[in-house]
Amino acid sequence: MQWHSLSEFLAMGGRGGFVWGAYGTMALLMAVEPLLAGWRHRTARRAIAERMTDEAAARAAAGDRS
Amino acid sequence: MTAVTTTSAAPAARPRLTWFTFASPANFYRLAGVLGPVSGVIAAAFALAGLWMGFFVAPTDAVQGEVYRIIFIHVPAAWLSMVLYVAMAFWAAIGWFLNARMAFIFARAIAPTGALFTLLALWTGSLWGRPTWGTWWVWDARLTSELILLFLYLGYMALVAAIDDTRRADKAGALLAIVGVVNVPVIYFSVIWWNTLHQGSSLTMGAQPHMASTMLIAMLLLTLACWAYAFAVVFVRARAIVLEREGDTAWARALVAPTNQG
Repeated sequence: MQWHSLSEFLAMGGRGGFVWGAYGTMALLMAVEPLLAGWRHRTARRAIAERMTDEAAARAAAGDRS
Repeated sequence: MTAVTTTSAAPAARPRLTWFTFASPANFYRLAGVLGPVSGVIAAAFALAGLWMGFFVAPTDAVQGEVYRIIFIHVPAAWLSMVLYVAMAFWAAIGWFLNARMAFIFARAIAPTGALFTLLALWTGSLWGRPTWGTWWVWDARLTSELILLFLYLGYMALVAAIDDTRRADKAGALLAIVGVVNVPVIYFSVIWWNTLHQGSSLTMGAQPHMASTMLIAMLLLTLACWAYAFAVVFVRARAIVLEREGDTAWARALVAPTNQG
């Protein structure tokens, strides 16, 4: 291992801004994208559930009238 | 938003496995629900191993110093940007010629992840180029063709989002994706065909690599991590698209029903 301290590791030979800017952005976006995909999945599930509830309510209302 | 309700009844207790089993949205939905999380765990494991190799085992570069460590994510991001485009165009073509519903869903599910890796390849490359070339950006063949790849992904996503009719949107998007695939070999061979500022391939089939083996292993581990990540997130997005399209089918309603009670 070539690092003797944490600050030396973070400095990356004076290029820390470039190295961590690259790694940080990649880590951030690769954390956000699965969250967005999961959110889209849950939204799709909820939309089906809501439509079923609406249809059940409509059926009940039609039943009351007859 | 009208879906066909007749085709997707839940299979009998013991469905026969054939080549077309997972062309059924219901079966795919269940399979991807298992494969997605598994891919995610594999991605995390490879990422930890690759980052360890990249930062604590791989030596300092004799010429570039520490900033070269950007290669460990830059090359995987660039590879994935091309691989995912080919995968997207492949599924678009399958959808086009075989009229397969799941194929169009795969093409759509891949696009945002491909765009993400293209953006990351450009971004990490820019942060690497500034200290080593002295410029954030240059209009050389490699960088320009990679930028065109980003526009192809974004164009595909905008096109399919702009057309309301799902089938027509799928077909229009597929045409764009298939035509755009000519850009992928242009990116790959750009450093050979033109005199670019961008360096040549890090890895060439059948040739000795130009870098220390620990550097190479770190790069390959992080490539596998990105690959598994792409599988994981594409599976989740494909499941979402399946539900968006199959909301009127019996199987999708049976799936949601238990959480809908009370």
